[in-house]
Amino acid sequence: MELILTFAIGVLAASGVWLLLRPRTFQVIIGLSLLSYAVNLFIFCMGRLVVDAPPVIAGDGPVDPMLYADPVPQSLVLTAIVIGFATTALFLVVIVATRGMTGTDHVDGQERDS
Amino acid sequence: MNAWLQHLPVLPIVVPLITGAVLLFFAESRRLPRFVITLLATFAQLAAAVTMVWLTTDAVPEIWPRGIGVYAIGGWQAPFGIVLVVDRLSALMVALNVTLALSVIVYSIGRWDRMGVHYHSLLQFLLMGLNGAFLTGDLFNLFVFFEILLASSYALLLHGGGPQRTRMALHFIAVNLTASFAFLIGVAMIYSVAGTLNMAEIAWKWRVMLPDQRSIAQTGAAILGIAFLVKAAAWPLNFWLPGAYHAAGAPVAAIFTITTKVGVYAMLRAGSLLEDQASPFGGAWLFYLAIATMLFGIVGMLASRQLPRLVAFVVILSSGTILAALGFGKPMMIAAALYYMVGSVFGTAAFFMLTGMAERMRTAVPDLADRAATPPPSYTAFAVGEPPDPLSPDDEVGTALPAAMAFLGLAFVSCALLVTGMPPLAGFIAKFAMVAVAIESLPPDGSFGREWLLIVLLLAGGLAGIIALMRTGMRLFWSVSGRQVPRLSVTEAGPVAFLILICVIMTIAAGPTMTYLNSAAAGLADPALYIDSVLHQSPAGAP
Repeated sequence: MELILTFAIGVLAASGVWLLLRPRTFQVIIGLSLLSYAVNLFIFCMGRLVVDAPPVIAGDGPVDPMLYADPVPQSLVLTAIVIGFATTALFLVVIVATRGMTGTDHVDGQERDS
Repeated sequence: MNAWLQHLPVLPIVVPLITGAVLLFFAESRRLPRFVITLLATFAQLAAAVTMVWLTTDAVPEIWPRGIGVYAIGGWQAPFGIVLVVDRLSALMVALNVTLALSVIVYSIGRWDRMGVHYHSLLQFLLMGLNGAFLTGDLFNLFVFFEILLASSYALLLHGGGPQRTRMALHFIAVNLTASFAFLIGVAMIYSVAGTLNMAEIAWKWRVMLPDQRSIAQTGAAILGIAFLVKAAAWPLNFWLPGAYHAAGAPVAAIFTITTKVGVYAMLRAGSLLEDQASPFGGAWLFYLAIATMLFGIVGMLASRQLPRLVAFVVILSSGTILAALGFGKPMMIAAALYYMVGSVFGTAAFFMLTGMAERMRTAVPDLADRAATPPPSYTAFAVGEPPDPLSPDDEVGTALPAAMAFLGLAFVSCALLVTGMPPLAGFIAKFAMVAVAIESLPPDGSFGREWLLIVLLLAGGLAGIIALMRTGMRLFWSVSGRQVPRLSVTEAGPVAFLILICVIMTIAAGPTMTYLNSAAAGLADPALYIDSVLHQSPAGAP
């Protein structure tokens, strides 16, 4: 399971970085989205991968923390998703505005002289 | 009294949050109530910040013992809940930030807050993010406050509209989003081995970590450092800065001078807490990176032709200088760098404001880059009222200031002296102190080392700054053909004079200021006190 998740993060991050370096704004925003998925999965797996374990400790008395999933990375991921989503939405607006004002979707706002 | 004072650290975060939200309920056309509310709120933050500075001097030990105030949000104690920590450095940064914001707000009322919508709300949210980033004691909370300040700075950069600003905002957002992802990766890696996000507890565990955990934590810290250095505008992560600061409106660029210092602050804090031999913060490579940043700033200053771009490179040079002092790694040097930082933040901010006024006298034809050719659609959507006429830029409210040219020239010279470190203003004292520390630590055999490199670059930076600024200044003020004298209102000239006056006071009161900054730097050099205050326990196992 770790191996599959690692591959998923690696592929997402690599595609994200490649798209981020492309000259069109649409490619950049897709790249940023893929990168944010990679980062979110990365944070999630930093809490160790556990299957079928509740994150909230129930009842009183001594408990074995090994039987529970770490809830902190899950809440961190939630925060990161919300923030990433909001900033991506803002970025999308700026992209549309740039396209409207400069008439091109090149990241520099003008086509390279060819 | 004491019961109320213990809630002091949360005020600089809560007050701007509420104010920014309340301001949304007032229509854009109701300028007076909006201005009064935002001014009152900023004064309240200033009062809180000054009180915090006073309390961290250990003036009242029964409230904050040993000058460090810890505020557990929601009453949850340190490693479990989020804490706010006020030490001398945090209090100084908050005071610096709020003072700057006060002058920016007054500067904006004549003209700038009418160029778009929700200007004052965004400014308050920016203040919230900045204050929170300076005060928080939790690594993930630091990320959240970074995002708050970045989100408001994106919108503020776009304030006023126009193709140039939108294009630069596109670059600015892309770079900062990528840096935020690096921040998250770094935080996650540190959490995976430290098992905590509280900065004091991370620092404590950092000292007792096993070697294989330590390598993961150090990798995480290095990635975190990249995110901080993007914000601090260190070379080669600073190519976004000149364009963005050039495109931003004058007051926005002025408040942006402190957002680069958030990165510097984070480097200082992390460097203080995660101190060890192979720490990615501080140490040799940071010093040489900072030297490269200074060189980049110097070359950029000499190459720029427009004043805003030139001042943007001054910001890079000052970031490089502070980071070089941090990489140099002596408490005395860091104290001098903090003094330099206060002077250079006020100096460059005043410079950006001055730029906004000087732009208007360049030619009789108004500078079209300064405002949108067509009013942005938000004017009609939000019923702001009549957009400012692009062809009559001097259509001002408020009293016009007599002797505008004399004021502009004098303020220009003062700012130039401040940012280049020429006598008699604060910049000179700061550079003098830095050079003095560097000379003291020269190796006895007289070999050419990093001390000489720092001295040479400090002096070269001053010289290049004077050359570049005087060249621009002569073109702008002392050649008269084809210029028109702008009408300056008191609300625009006053903040510039205020910031310069603070620097003059800082120069006169250099002794007490340096005493405070020395104790701030000493607190950074000895993080055990910080860790102990936060965790309420002796850091057992610490070396």
